This record gives sequence, structure tokens and C-alpha cells, in this order.
Amino acid sequence: MTAQSPSKSTNPIIRFLSMNTSGEVAGRDLPLWKQLLLQVLTLFIAAEVLFPIMYIITMSFSSKTTRPSALELFPKEISFVAYQQVLDRPTANPVTFLELLRNSFLLSVGVGLVALLVAVSAAYAFSRFKFRMRQVMMVLVFVPLLMPAIGLSTPLYLLMNSFRIADCGNGVTAISPFMACAQGLGKVTFNLRDSLLGVGVAMIAGALPFAVWNLKGYLDTIPKELEEAAMIDGADANQIFWQIVLPLAVPQLAVTFFLGFIGHWQEFALPWLFLTQPKDYTLAMTLYNMTGQYASSIPWNRFAAMAIIVALPVAIIYIALQKQIVSGLTAGSVKG
Amino acid sequence: MATTTLEISKSAGMARIKKAILPYVYLLPAFVVMSVITFYPLIYQVIISFTDFQTKDLLKQLASPNLNYIGVKNYVDIVTGGLPVQNFEFFRVLTYNIWWAVTNVLVHVPAGVLIAVLLNTQGLWGKKIYRALYVLPVVIPPIVVGTVWKNIFDEQYGAMNQFLTAVVHLFGTADPVRIRWLTEYTPPIPWLLPNGPLTLAYYAMMIANFWLGWPFMTLVATGALQSIPKDLYEAASIDGASGSQQFWNITVPLLRPAMIPAAMYGFTMSFNLFNFVFFMSGGGPARSTEILVTFAYDLVRNLRLYGAAAAFSVIVFFVALIVFLVTNRITRATEAYTEA
Repeated sequence: MTAQSPSKSTNPIIRFLSMNTSGEVAGRDLPLWKQLLLQVLTLFIAAEVLFPIMYIITMSFSSKTTRPSALELFPKEISFVAYQQVLDRPTANPVTFLELLRNSFLLSVGVGLVALLVAVSAAYAFSRFKFRMRQVMMVLVFVPLLMPAIGLSTPLYLLMNSFRIADCGNGVTAISPFMACAQGLGKVTFNLRDSLLGVGVAMIAGALPFAVWNLKGYLDTIPKELEEAAMIDGADANQIFWQIVLPLAVPQLAVTFFLGFIGHWQEFALPWLFLTQPKDYTLAMTLYNMTGQYASSIPWNRFAAMAIIVALPVAIIYIALQKQIVSGLTAGSVKG
Repeated sequence: MATTTLEISKSAGMARIKKAILPYVYLLPAFVVMSVITFYPLIYQVIISFTDFQTKDLLKQLASPNLNYIGVKNYVDIVTGGLPVQNFEFFRVLTYNIWWAVTNVLVHVPAGVLIAVLLNTQGLWGKKIYRALYVLPVVIPPIVVGTVWKNIFDEQYGAMNQFLTAVVHLFGTADPVRIRWLTEYTPPIPWLLPNGPLTLAYYAMMIANFWLGWPFMTLVATGALQSIPKDLYEAASIDGASGSQQFWNITVPLLRPAMIPAAMYGFTMSFNLFNFVFFMSGGGPARSTEILVTFAYDLVRNLRLYGAAAAFSVIVFFVALIVFLVTNRITRATEAYTEA
């Protein structure tokens, strides 16, 4: 029993998809009436799951720019007009699809990489060193995780907003909050708050504690024997970190990065609060612009195409990394 | 290697000091970054929560001549409804927020477990296909789910009303169904939550979030089901236990250790479900589906009451802390239960 009993921490998605059903006890087949009854149930659930998916796929393949007058769940035509139009001109704002895509990617990849880079050594310290302030510092890293990300948006907005570069005229440049123009405000040429850089820095506030926690959880599971052996061979802590732990942690670094990516790709609150120039907009912001009060001019087939475009990278990453992602998620949450 | 004792003890001392500061060197990058973008903002947040910070103070911030320290007025205003904001009562929003998270978990977990048990039935045809289909909602970003369901619940063009229209047509009615899912304010079941209106938008969001939520619980439950030894069921059926007896006396108790942490995780996620709520209802109609985080966002994004928003965020922080302590305690307590 011990040899094959799967511990509850092993990830569910992979087992869910690839569970062994061949080893079933012979002679315990379902009676036909029961089989049919259960098939009705499972088909009904499948229909429930597929309903919105088929609805949005059908709509995205439609060339009709009018709003749907009757329910359609199967495409009557396969037209890429809506996709073409979205790629051509996503919204009424003066911003191209490629710019939106670039902004979303810059934010998701940049925030993910920086958080990872800064987090990994801290995770190692928490996982391997015993030191006096360990508990205190772990709480300090952990407490921001409790805080919903929105909870820090006000001070981050105000702080980012205080970093401005202004042109005072006469070739004088002032960088606030350290300098100010002698007279008046000058012409603000750069406001950190109103830039992708500022949004990215603010997003790291949420990404970093998550990365530390996630990596620490993984490093805790790496057996210490290798490091002890290296220590006997005379390696010091730095060599162990760079040459043994870091290479071993590469898969988990990738998982943490992609987990972060999934979150940052959907990040909406901070960009929507910070950014005012359409050239900085992200795909998530554009999707929001296509519904609600701004949506009156946007045909639903274009909205559907956009929804699928936004969903695609996340879905692909999930499916490619389903195994690692679920175990990473549960490790983070249960340990929390 | 010829070294004197002095040199040995000296280098040993150096090594000890090096060893003592090494952890802090490794922690340095993270703490420098967090000091600037987490700890300092947290302190700043507390400071401005005691001020009447508004748009006019943006330029000079704390040095602004117009900025007044008003003590705990922001906090008092939030709790007593003194903010210049329509349709906002703190305790109604808090009650709704808790209700929203609890009811979500209460439908997601049982549904997830039942579907996992259904899928686990021996000899069921097409298991692999069903599994691949059922996992789909987990991989779609909540912002997309929110916007798509918002359109589905559109009064005039939405799929839900069109579906219901098709259903009532079967019964011979010709009128199209026009339920104002996301805009109707009158609560359909007024007594359900006495502290505030549970508008149709709440039910629409429950439906949409049900679609989003149960598959995750099915994933967790399926994993746990696999670890229940099959001979338990065989022994039970030899003893003459019926299917439902086996379910209640074997499946449910043995699933509990996996499902309680999952339920607590689901509760915390639902409690702070910003993206989905913001994209689907925006907190409307008349703030009836507003949760704490969406209201905090509205305070800073649209109302630009920075001082009040900071105070509100401090309150949200303590609510989140209590939620964490409670859910953590429940998880721990049930762990002890299973070991006993």
C-alpha cells in the first residue's frame, strides 16, 4: 500500500487526465441501464461546460456585425473577418494590436523575470539557513501575500506619481521629487505612474512575495544530501547555491515564471488605474473596453475574437504545464 | 599545509562572521525591493489614511498645503456610511462579501465531489473525453469568463435569455424572455440575505462562477478519490452496505482532508475575486454585488478619494488577515481530526 499510495500533494490535473482505467476488476461492469443513466448525466455536464465556449467560438467565426438575435452554438460559417478586424484595429483608440500585444508581453514577462531574479536567493536563504531573524523576516515576506493586490494600489499610485521629469524651459530639466522647476511646474515629459515601467514596478510588489513563497516551498522538497556531499568536498554556501541548488531548481523557476505570467497576463486593476495613454494599453484593458459602457460601437463577433485571443496564451501554458502548475499552486496555498 | 594556530582561529572567526551574515546577503535583494515597493507604501498608506488626501494634493503629496490631518475620520466615515458615495454601507458590503464567498464554496465543493465520484465510476464509457472537457474552465482566464458571461446575461441579445426563449417556445409561448439579469434591482427572494438586496445579478454571477469554480474542486476530489483503497468498498459491499452508505461512510470522511484545504482556498479566492466581479457586473446594479476589493478600487480609480481609499485598504487588510487566520485554523483543526 505504501509503495503506490499517491500522497495528497501529488498534482490532480495530470492524474485526472491520465488515470489508469484499464485495471478494473472484471465482472464488475455497469449494468446497461445504469451506464445510460450516467451517460445522460455526464453528457449534460459536458454541455454545461461547453455552452459558453461554443457560444463564443461560434460568435468569433461569424461575419455578422449585428448582435445575435437567436442562440447559436455551432458555427454556420467559418469566417475570419472578426479576427482580421481585431488584428487590424482592435478599438477606436489609436493603438495597434501589435502594440497591445507587446505591452501585455512586456509587462507579463518583465515582471515575471524580475520577480524571479530577486526572489530566488531569498527563497534559498529561507529554505536552507538558520538565522536569528528568520521567523520575523518570513512573516514580513508573507504578510503582503495576505493583502489583496488592490489594497496597495493607492500608495503605489501616489508614489509612482511623484516621480516625474519636467521640462522647465530654457533647457532645464527637473526630476521630482528631488528637484522642482524654479517657476511653476514646467512641462511634464515623463510620469513614472503613467508608464509601463511604473505599472511593472508596482506589479512586482505582488509578484515578489508569491515567487519567494513558491520557490521556498519547492527548495524545501529538494533533499539536502547533495549539498551535504558538496560541503564535505569543500564547497562553500555560495558554490552550493550557484552550482547545485540553482540548476536543480530550474524546472521550478520556469513553473513559477509561467504561473506568474498567467496572473500578469490578466492583470487589469493596476494598468487600468495607472495608464492614461492608449499607446500603453494592454490586451486585458482592451477586452474590458469592448464590454460595458464603451461597447456600444463594437460588434460582438469582434469582442468574441478578442476574448479568444486573450484566453489563448493562458490556455496553452496551462495545458503544456498542467502537471507542474497544479502542484505548484497547491504547494503555495496549502503551505500558506 | 603549515599554518599557525593563530591564523586558524582568525580564519575560523572570519568564517563564523561570514556564515552569520550570509543569510542576510541572500535576503538583501528581495528586502531592498520590498522596502521600496511594499513596506514603504504600506506605511505611506497608513499615514495618508489619516488625511483628506484628494486630487488637488497629488502634486505635492504630503507637503501639500491643502492637506489636512483628520485623525480617524476616514475610518469612522467608512463604518458609519459618511463617505460621499451613493449606495455604500460598509457592513452590507462586508456581509454580502462573506455571503458571496460562502455560497460559492457551498455549491462548488459538493458539485465538484459528486462529479468526481461520477467520473470515477468503474466501467463508465468515455471517461478520458469527459475529463479533458471538464478541465476546460480551469484554463480560461477569469477576465475572459467574466466578459463572456456578461454578454451571455445581456437583456436583449444575451444567450441566456435566448436559451430561455427557446425553452418557453417548446411550451407554446411566443413571447421572448427578457430578464434584466444584470440591471434589475428588485431582489427575487427578499428574505434570503436580510442585510441587503440579493439582486438577480448575484444569481447570474453565481451561475457564471459555478461554471468557473466546480472543475477545480473536481480535480482535487479526483486526486483524493484515487488514494482511497478499493478494498474498503469491497469489504463494505460484502457487509451489505448500500451505495449511499458507502458514499457517506467511506468516501466523504476520506475526502475530507483534501477537500477542506481546497474549500478554504476557494473561499479566499472567491472573497477577493476582483477580476471576475469587476468584469462581469462592475459591482452593480447600485453596488449590490460590490465586494470589498472592488469598492476599494472604485474609491481610488473613479472617486479619487485617496485618503478614504487608503483607510479602506487598511480595513481590507485586516479583514483579509482575519479570513486567513480563520481558514488556516479550520484547515489545521481538520488535519488534527484526520490524524486522531
